[in-house]
Amino acid sequence: MVEQIKEDMNLVVVKNLKKYFPIKGGFLKKTIGHVKAVEDISFTIRRGETLGIVGESGCGKSTTGRTILNLLNKTDGEVYYKGKEIFNLPKEELSRLRTEMQIIFQDPYSSLNPRLTVSQIVGEALVQHRLAKKGKDVNNKVSDIIERCGLAPYHIRRYPHEFSGGQRQRIGIARALALKPEFIVCDEPVSALDVSIQSQVINLLMDLQEEMELTYLFISHDLSVVKHISDRIGVMYLGSLVELSPKEELYNSPLHPYTKALLSAIPVPDPTLKKDRIILKGDIPSPSNPPSGCRFHTRCPYVMKKCKVEMPEFREVDTDHFIACHLI
Amino acid sequence: MISENKQNKMAMETTVISPAKLMWNRLKRNKLAMIGFIIIIIMSLAAIFAPYLTPYERDAVDLLNSNAKPNTEHLLGTDALGRDMLTRLLYGARISLTVGFVATGLRVVIGIILGGIAGYYGGKIDGLIMRIADVFACLPFLPIAITFVAIMGPSIYNMMFVLAILGWPGLARIVRAEILSLREREFMEAATALGISDFRKIVAHLLPNTMASVIVSATIGIAGAILTESALSFLGLGVAPPTPSWGNMLTDAQNQYVLKNRWWQWMPPGFAIFVTVMSLNLLGDGLRDALDPRLKQ
Repeated sequence: MVEQIKEDMNLVVVKNLKKYFPIKGGFLKKTIGHVKAVEDISFTIRRGETLGIVGESGCGKSTTGRTILNLLNKTDGEVYYKGKEIFNLPKEELSRLRTEMQIIFQDPYSSLNPRLTVSQIVGEALVQHRLAKKGKDVNNKVSDIIERCGLAPYHIRRYPHEFSGGQRQRIGIARALALKPEFIVCDEPVSALDVSIQSQVINLLMDLQEEMELTYLFISHDLSVVKHISDRIGVMYLGSLVELSPKEELYNSPLHPYTKALLSAIPVPDPTLKKDRIILKGDIPSPSNPPSGCRFHTRCPYVMKKCKVEMPEFREVDTDHFIACHLI
Repeated sequence: MISENKQNKMAMETTVISPAKLMWNRLKRNKLAMIGFIIIIIMSLAAIFAPYLTPYERDAVDLLNSNAKPNTEHLLGTDALGRDMLTRLLYGARISLTVGFVATGLRVVIGIILGGIAGYYGGKIDGLIMRIADVFACLPFLPIAITFVAIMGPSIYNMMFVLAILGWPGLARIVRAEILSLREREFMEAATALGISDFRKIVAHLLPNTMASVIVSATIGIAGAILTESALSFLGLGVAPPTPSWGNMLTDAQNQYVLKNRWWQWMPPGFAIFVTVMSLNLLGDGLRDALDPRLKQ
């Protein structure tokens, strides 16, 4: 019974997910190493919440999002959606799953096919999954959706090049919503937009979440954006989750040294205020040759002997507050 | 929000511009390309309506009037058998243009299918197809074409076949390269996330985006095919007489006396080839500029 309730609450469960990309080299294109983009991460996403994922570029945020949607094959680990493992599904089941989980991309320019009209871009999947008949039926449904996303019905006959960046992102959102999904991965949906448009798109995403009872995995490197939209936030460093906790707790009492450094880097709009920034030394190590033990030990100001040898466990230190560090 | 709505209303008044129309608008501004385009159209119309443009039969021999200079009855004179040169030039256009267009069409079809498969599936299939393409690209054109025609006999169908079979690797490479880069674009990932079928992904998303380079390459390819047809026919390996083609009409110029004293028997077909190939190349260049998205007005 308890299991049942837990399962109902969690829409997505990720267990020890790993994703390595092979590096090919040499004359015969042999695999000579791996880029460990995602290394052993576990978390859950609850129904109706927004889980934010932050981290530097190249830390595996997007790879995580794409692997959860089965757009990339996993290397190891499990991903459960509504209690069902999503890899190795039969074709029909996978096709049904596609209607339930969607993705919104970062770049509104390369994510829309320049040769298709808005009606074709948004309505294509409806036809593919036999949710609408070609012709008037699709056009009506597409008009409805793009109107919800802040565009006008007559836009359906236009091509992407006739729209601005913000409008294009709205088309991308409409495309993701067309199949009435429950879970959406937002892969930096506002990073490519103007600040003034950013807030419009974020408010749109939040309104839609309320209206359609959506669950978001919101990936971003912008801490203030993530703070605004998320319920819980996970911090990633070099392929691993280092801290995961509810939003307030993370911003008010961060525990992991990396999170502390990251939060201290948020600019404050007050030139007179002097802030104690934690400046990390060195660069982020290469994910193809990650450091031993704790991956953060090369840059951590509190590094201990243990950190260089032993990988800290990602564990719950407080209710709902997960952290991977030997300090606590 | 409010300002965006206003913009929308303003935009409503203008019509929808499809990518094809955008290209046409840009092409229209290129004078040389438009001249080429118009000449091609005139040539094609003349070839199609050849029987209505001349009172003479294509192969009607009139020995009493052989080697006549251009006059009011025979605007371009007659050849050694007294056949009207203008008539043969018009019918020759039919053969030359048909060979050019059909051979290139065939080449494009083979190139798109094989290049598309190689680019989309990649891996071993890609390796296999591209190695076959390498082999075909290595074959020396003239010896193979001559051998083939010698075995199969000279006819325009054999000629089209040879041109297509030996010409597809270039196009397959272009299509493959385009698809390789398009495959990594985010809209393809979006299509996967939406559960779009492989077939639709190739036909609706990938191929239309490769059309720009295919059209350019095909236009210039038609010019090449017409030239090759002429060369082979000139050597007596292409279109067999009495069927006229621009190439085998030039064969007369092999004779020193004809070359010196009967210009009307070889100048017109030579000029026709020159103008057609030139027009196609100008049109191809114009299309390349019009289709380049970086040259946005």
